[in-house]
Amino acid sequence: MLTKRIIPCLDIKDGRTVKGVNFENIRDAGDPIELGAFYAEQGADELVFLDITATNERRKTLAELVTRIARNVNIPFTVGGGISSVEDVSVLLNSGADKISVNTSAFKRPELVDELAGEFGSQCVVLAIDTRFENGDWYVYLNGGRIKTEIKAFDWAKEAVQRGAGEILLTSMNNDGTKQGFALDITAQLSQNLNVPVIASGGAGTMEHFKDVFEIAQADAALAATIFHYKEIEIQALKTYLYKEGVNMRF
Amino acid sequence: MKTVIIKYNAGNICSVSFALDRLGVNAVVTDDPEEIRAADKVIFPGVGEASSAMRYLRERKLDQLIIGLKQPVLGICVGMQLMCKHSEENDATCMGIFDVNVKRFQSPVDNGLKIPQIGWNNITGLYSTLFEHVPENSYMYFVHSYYAELGSDTVATTNYVINYSAALQKDNFYAVQFHTEKSATEGQKILENFLKL
Repeated sequence: MLTKRIIPCLDIKDGRTVKGVNFENIRDAGDPIELGAFYAEQGADELVFLDITATNERRKTLAELVTRIARNVNIPFTVGGGISSVEDVSVLLNSGADKISVNTSAFKRPELVDELAGEFGSQCVVLAIDTRFENGDWYVYLNGGRIKTEIKAFDWAKEAVQRGAGEILLTSMNNDGTKQGFALDITAQLSQNLNVPVIASGGAGTMEHFKDVFEIAQADAALAATIFHYKEIEIQALKTYLYKEGVNMRF
Repeated sequence: MKTVIIKYNAGNICSVSFALDRLGVNAVVTDDPEEIRAADKVIFPGVGEASSAMRYLRERKLDQLIIGLKQPVLGICVGMQLMCKHSEENDATCMGIFDVNVKRFQSPVDNGLKIPQIGWNNITGLYSTLFEHVPENSYMYFVHSYYAELGSDTVATTNYVINYSAALQKDNFYAVQFHTEKSATEGQKILENFLKL
């Protein structure tokens, strides 16, 4: 039986993890490879590396980093952040990434999703959506949540899936950082109406929140950063809890 | 010992090659027939579309080369599907090493099963030296929309929508649907077992 997935997210800037702190048992929590390998060993099902570097050297640094990750981590990983062309993706996949995620660039030019799916297959194209609930609905935000659009998250997700996106990574800006739980309603709407896996992100604070997002919202995977990086929740303990609660997990 | 990874237009070559690196094996990535024939172990990976992959292999006569190999060969994911008889993915006639067909998962959205299957699923009925010291119900990482049916060459089974072949074996030909190179410690064990054949 296919399991639900637990995915730690690592923010990367200039080749270093941004939030990684508070780990006695690894030498350098700022090293994405060490932290990634540590999470893999702890039972993480996948990893997401989100590059927030803004410099011109970005592309080259990222490709080198991806190769180092691929050499050292024995579970699948997705790379996202500033990807805007077939060429970008080709470099990252050839460096060893299993999937890539696109966000703003795909929204601004939706044909990018068709191009990527056509060239590399839907299985490696993750569409990331940042969304905020206001005036009665969930709207797409761009540029890391700084720019509002008038398009509803569900409509954009649906279009992107038709164009070939193989997975949706949905982040609720209302919930992100609150530790009050995932956005169950929009996650459920996407998960139940789209025929691709949905990764829920934003708001994880307790183990129950993961149970809810899997059971109530029927998310296929749940992503979190802070609670894992600060060891507020350990992956092994979380998976044991979820398994006891009846959520299928890999051990 | 010399291990080669067959280079063609549907490769997930660097993941496989990195996984072999972790096992201390430096594999050669090549499409040179002589080099492939001379190798001790041959790995046939794959991420991509079946019909265009078969066309590419046929144009270079790599399909006949693979069928004629006598040393242990390991197909992975689409590589495994191409070793079957036929694939529904754009009606591709495949190599026919394994006596099963490849079909598309048929799943209505309301049963909660999505296409492609992406993620970790368990393998059962393990019946091959590939799985030595790999426990029943180990979880492997799958990413696929098409599956190989069950047949007499099935040596591991997985359930998604229906029961299908997670692994096939016939004579010197071995194949796994899952990405053993990305399947954590157990996946690594399978690669190691293959290298020890």
